[in-house]
Order: sequence, then C-alpha cells, then structure tokens
Amino acid sequence: MQNDTLKRRSFLNYLLGGGVIAVLAAIGFPIYKYLKPPKIPEAAESQVTAGTLAELQAAEGRYKIFRFGRKPGIVVLMPNNEIRAFSASCTHLDCIVQYRPDLNVLWCPCHNGKYDLTGRNISGPPPRPLEQWVAHYDKASDNIFVSKGEGA
Amino acid sequence: MPSIKSVGLRLFDWVDDRVQIKALVDYMAHKSVPRHDHEIWYYFGGLSLFFFIIQVCSGILLLLYYRPGADSAYESVQFIISKVQFGWLIRAIHSWSANLMILAVVIHMFSVFFTRAYRKPREITWLTGMGLLGLVLFFGFSGYLLPWNELAFFATKVGTGMAGVVPLAGGFLMKLLRGSDEVTGATITRFFGFHVAVLPALFTAVLTVHLLLVQRQGMSEPESWESRPESQKRRMPFFPNFLLRDLLVWLIALNVLAILAVFFPYGIGPLHWDLGLKADPFSSPPAHIRPEWYFMFMFQSLKFLPAKILLVDGEVVGIIGFGLAGVFWTLIPFFDRTTEKGRRKRLYAYTGLVAVMFVLVMTFLGYILD
Repeated sequence: MQNDTLKRRSFLNYLLGGGVIAVLAAIGFPIYKYLKPPKIPEAAESQVTAGTLAELQAAEGRYKIFRFGRKPGIVVLMPNNEIRAFSASCTHLDCIVQYRPDLNVLWCPCHNGKYDLTGRNISGPPPRPLEQWVAHYDKASDNIFVSKGEGA
Repeated sequence: MPSIKSVGLRLFDWVDDRVQIKALVDYMAHKSVPRHDHEIWYYFGGLSLFFFIIQVCSGILLLLYYRPGADSAYESVQFIISKVQFGWLIRAIHSWSANLMILAVVIHMFSVFFTRAYRKPREITWLTGMGLLGLVLFFGFSGYLLPWNELAFFATKVGTGMAGVVPLAGGFLMKLLRGSDEVTGATITRFFGFHVAVLPALFTAVLTVHLLLVQRQGMSEPESWESRPESQKRRMPFFPNFLLRDLLVWLIALNVLAILAVFFPYGIGPLHWDLGLKADPFSSPPAHIRPEWYFMFMFQSLKFLPAKILLVDGEVVGIIGFGLAGVFWTLIPFFDRTTEKGRRKRLYAYTGLVAVMFVLVMTFLGYILD
C-alpha cells in the first residue's frame, strides 16, 4: 500500500517534471532561434570596382579602402606602380589595415600588426596572412577591378 | 552526494546568516487571503503582473532587432516578422499580452472600485494603482506608433492632437510628445524613449510601492466582514496555498496567450495589428480608421460632441470632461468616506455603474457605427 502511494507519487512527479521541462523547452526554443540573426545573403558580386588609378595616385597614403560586398578591401599602389588588392580586415581583431609607404608594409593601427606586400603577417599579433585578391587595371576607363581568387 | 533539498537549505542558512531573511519569510508565511464569494477578483492584480513580466521579456527580445526612425522602424518590424526566426511569434506575444494586460488591469481596477477595496487604509494603494493604469495606457499609446505604419501614424496624429487641445498647456504638451510640430521621425524617437526607458522605469517604481503596500496591509477584506466575528472569517494562507493558485492562473494565462499568439498572430476581427502599409505623412488616412479598443469610448464620445458647446469647441469640452472624470475617479477614496450604511455609499456605486455603462455603450457604438 505504502509502496503503491509512493509509485503513484513518483509517477506524478515525473509527469509534472516532464511537463515543466516541455513548457520550458517550448518557450526556450523559439527564443533561442530568435536570438540568432537571420543570414543576410552576401552580395553575389564576384567583382567590384575599387576606384580609379587617378584616385589612388592622388590618395595621401597611396592606398584606398573599398567595399567588397559586406567586407572592406584595400588597393595599394606599390612603389613600382603595380596595383595589389587585399582583404582589409586585420586577421587579429578585424580592424582595417592601411598602407604605410614609409615602411612599405600593410599596417594595422589597432595593435601595430604588420603584413608585407604579399599579405604575409610579418610582425605584431596577426595570426594569419591577409587574403590577397586579384586587381585588374582597365586602362580605357581608368578603373581598378578587384575580384576574389584566381579564376574570377 | 547531498540532495538538492539539503543544498537548498544550506544555501538558505548561508544567506540568512548574513542578511537575516528568515524574518521576511516568516512574515510572508503568516499572510493570509480572505475566502469569500468575490475572491476571484483577487487574481486579476497578479494576472496583470504576469502580463507585465511577459511584456518586459518579449519587449527586450523585440529590442534586439527593432530600429527606431522614419527610415528604419517599419522596415525593422517587417524584418522581424518576415525574416527573423519566430519573430512573428515574439511580436504576436507582445501585442496579445499588451491587450490582455490592459484588460486585466481594467478588470482589476473596476473590481477594486466596486468592492470598495480602496477605502481606508488602502487609499495609497488605489492611487498608485491608478498611476499604474495611466502608465499602462501610455505604454499602449506609445508602443502603437513604433511600427510606423499607416494606422500607427494616424492614431498618433489624433492622439497627440488631443493633447494639443488641452487649455493653456496644450501646445507645449503636443510639441513635447511629437518632438516637432508634426508627427515625424522625431516622434518615433521620443515615443521609443518613453516606451522602453521612461515608462518602464516609472512603472517599476510605482509597482514596487503598490506591491509593498499590498504585502504590508494584506488583501482587503469584503465590507460584509466588518460586522462579523473573527470565527466566521475564512482565510487561506498566502504561502503556499494562494501563491500556487496564483501560479495556476498564470499557467492558464500563458496557455491562452500561446494559443492566441500562435493561431492569431495578427489579432482577431477588430483587434488586429497587421503591419499594413508604411506610414506616409502625405497621404489620406485609410477609411474606418479607429483607435485601440481601450481608447474607443473616448474616440466615439468626441465624435458625438457638436462643434461648439456654449462658444467653446466641442472637443475642448470633451477632453476637459474626461480629464475631470479621471481626476474624480482617482480621488474617489477621499470622497467616498462614509462607512455607515446610507445613501451616500450607494451613490458612488451608482456613479461607477453609470461610468461602466457609458464606457461599454460608447465602445460598442464605436464598433457598430461606421
């Protein structure tokens, strides 16, 4: 008899506990999902216009930051007049790098990280090289086009 | 391994050792709730509190994506309900809970009125309660604008326009609310500030006083108990009996809320909040535009007033009338002081009945005549 009551009681406890867990899950799941911001599709652009050569020549540091989709990029006019393009997001903490003609490096002012002009991290905290992009100069329009990767 | 219970007790002792909460718990344990025919009304205060908690939680969630401003408010609400996972649900819960909260608060207020629970020594509780009712209505009014859709825009134009009719202070009040001469993006910024900062802060402060008073004085006993011997008064302990019943009511409310939000995320019939079109200050209002149900009786009464009453603009008379009625209603514990049985006491009950009938009839007409 004692045992029966206990069994019934523990059964009710499980039922109640399970119910509470189910309710919390029903409340928690939508909130968890809601907290995750929806993915906004990235710009499908495979190539963007970074600016014109004239702009780059006139720029004080001989570099320009441009938008590639939702990410910043940098085009640099090297001393030999070659144009190179990189992702401008420092691999350390996502600051935006700039070109330092005096040191001939890509430099991140936030934590003094330095990259050489192939994007390799050479000093300071950056853990990885900058992604190098492909820059094409179109003489007719004076535009610099940048695309990611070799094939593009 | 120690059981959860013993860990809990040890934790309690640890805290009690430092801040002496045992006295508080004992105090709570002695509180009791009167049992009688009208005890059901005791649940509506707690129910209002429940919906307030839901409003705070769902409001914080909406804040994660909402962006005030004429160029972003509508777009961000659209983003919430169409792109964010379960965003429609969070908005539906916020909207349903807002309406249910106002309903619960209104029922709570009228039940206190008709049971005369505001009589001495509970005048301050009544005053804070009326303050909370005012804040709740302002919550509703300010929140209504935030999606910056067509309905919100015109409702706010009319509502703030009414503030502008108030004698002397009207112009100032209207500008204070609008943040400009017209309802613009500046108005969204202000209403947003009221809705998520000013009002919650005020509400929490007044609510704290209100609840402390209820805890301190206990539940009001019905008038019929005054002449009754102690032996004929039935009570139940607040903790745990009443609290558990309260929680059961909350659970039912949560389920009702969930059912409404899931199956009618944009409302039912006249009670709806489809996002609709974005506000356009240079378009004419949609036909059949009307306010939220809890403002309907005022809206409808103002419609009935003639343009001029004794040389004064009809709406001015209306607004002053509602203002005075509100002040009178708030101060009722100080008018209704007689405790001996007599005509005066009934007078206030009849006044209340007339007020309720007026509100009901005007609300009904508001939806029927169109």
